[in-house]
Amino acid sequence: MMPNTKLAAAQSRLPTEYRKPVRGTSVYAHSAALSIRRPEPSPPKVRLREVSLSYQTESGSQLLALDRIDLEVRAGEFLCIVGPSGCGKSTLLHLIAALQKPTSGSVAIDNQNVTTPGTDRILIFQEHGLFPWLTVGQNVEFGMKMKGLSKTEREEKTRYYLRLVHLSEFNNSRPHQLSGGMRQRVALARALATEPDVLLMDEPFAALDAQTRDMLHDELEKIWAETGRTIIFVTHNVREAVRLGDRVALMSFRPGRVKREFVVDLPRPRHLEEVEVARTAREILDSLRDEINKSLEAEYAHERRS
Amino acid sequence: MSDAVKAAGVGAALERTGLPASDHRPRPSVRPSGRIARKGIFRRIVNQVIFYSLVLGVWALVAKLHIWPPYLFPPPWGVAEALWAGFTDHSFLIGIAVTMKRMLIGYSLSVILGMILGLGVASNKFLEETLGALLVSLQSLPSICWVPLAILWFGLTEKAILFVVLMGCILSVTIAMEDGRKQMPKIYTMAGRNLGASGFRLFWYVMLPASLPHIVTGLKQGWAFGWRSLIQAEMIFLTVGLGQLLMMGRDLNDMSQVIAVMLMIIALGYLVNRLVFRTLERTLQNRWGLTPTV
Repeated sequence: MMPNTKLAAAQSRLPTEYRKPVRGTSVYAHSAALSIRRPEPSPPKVRLREVSLSYQTESGSQLLALDRIDLEVRAGEFLCIVGPSGCGKSTLLHLIAALQKPTSGSVAIDNQNVTTPGTDRILIFQEHGLFPWLTVGQNVEFGMKMKGLSKTEREEKTRYYLRLVHLSEFNNSRPHQLSGGMRQRVALARALATEPDVLLMDEPFAALDAQTRDMLHDELEKIWAETGRTIIFVTHNVREAVRLGDRVALMSFRPGRVKREFVVDLPRPRHLEEVEVARTAREILDSLRDEINKSLEAEYAHERRS
Repeated sequence: MSDAVKAAGVGAALERTGLPASDHRPRPSVRPSGRIARKGIFRRIVNQVIFYSLVLGVWALVAKLHIWPPYLFPPPWGVAEALWAGFTDHSFLIGIAVTMKRMLIGYSLSVILGMILGLGVASNKFLEETLGALLVSLQSLPSICWVPLAILWFGLTEKAILFVVLMGCILSVTIAMEDGRKQMPKIYTMAGRNLGASGFRLFWYVMLPASLPHIVTGLKQGWAFGWRSLIQAEMIFLTVGLGQLLMMGRDLNDMSQVIAVMLMIIALGYLVNRLVFRTLERTLQNRWGLTPTV
């Protein structure tokens, strides 16, 4: 763990809007001293404590993928996690969704430890997460069906959520008939339909073209404001993180750690092209660059070996 | 008859080439456009008509030469007569019905057991390394080799025949299911679990449909193997059925009936393949948006 004095020194160099909350429970107390605009000490929606994950590589050695991650997310907060590829961002979401178990540490929602997947935390994948054997409508219904909702209730909610993502007329289409952007909107509707407290988004817009992505940013922001969900959004695109997040957590490469956190205090709705967004993104990008270099080096080293 | 069936199948396929009206962003279709496809089908039908006319012509000609006696080398019309006679006295219909019933029971059993076995092998390292390897080597054993064992265990009964059919097709289904389970993208299982499915419902609503495109070939192969095993078993067990009709033709020195029954066995196999498996494949392709492998 970084010594607090070093942190404080690092923070004093930053403009106040990029204050650096610290890991652990002291985050809000600490930042309150720096900013009067963050008063709420409400209990966190999601809390990760000392979460580590290591696994055996094929050569037999132990690889520490995540190293003692402490993370807290407030109810209704939009947290973005950025990091180089291979830093374990996606794995972190899988742990929160309980699709994987951490080697040590705990994940808690509303102070309740989670050990099994549940519809209170729905994960949205980068692509191909929809079931191709079902229609769009049946995809949206799936989670509700597993929850045991009645058919009429399911149909009603499916209609509602498809309308929310502007895809009402595609109820009977097959996923492969839709464009990439439309498919991700269906995935969003499917996730929202189970009415989860927490949405976990794993680079959901990475495979889309820029225009579609911009549009989906607007839509997601709107839906987030309307529904008040807590969102944890993983991306490798720093600008996207700044565009969307209340807070941006920067992860380091192998072992994955939360290297720094940045609070983004820009007014909403934001736009990718805004100068403020770009400036904040550059700030974060500078910190990220070291990590990207590390990840590239590891990749090249791997290539040289093979 | 086979031409008519083929034409019907292709016509249905053509209808499906049109993209659904709801798709406002048509994705590029790999299928050939209507006119070219229709031209190709027309040419294929003409070619097949020419080919089968030639085969029948040569057959009739050789029969006419009387090199061999007609009971050893019957002319085409002799076989046609045998077919007609067999259908009018219902013996062929009964044979088909009994054989198909056995096939349906044996096949259904094989599919259910094969799937369970395949899943087990795919999800357990120990089973994979032991039973999985055994299954592959067992596949080299012709299913007719199970007949003596079946007779000793079950006697000359219906059970024994079903057992032989089961051994004939279960391996294909098991191996296909194992492969399907492994090839199936993990993301579907993850999404399913994430949306609250677990245990049997995860298997039924997610894993089974997700692996279907990968196992359909194995299901088809299983059917073909089972079908062969069944006819073989019926020839030995001599109970009512197509295999028995075949042996009866031999006993009566009636080559026309032998050929007539052989034609029926071919036609039935072809029909099932066309009507059941081709339809299943096409449906999957359309639903999943896969490109046809034809």
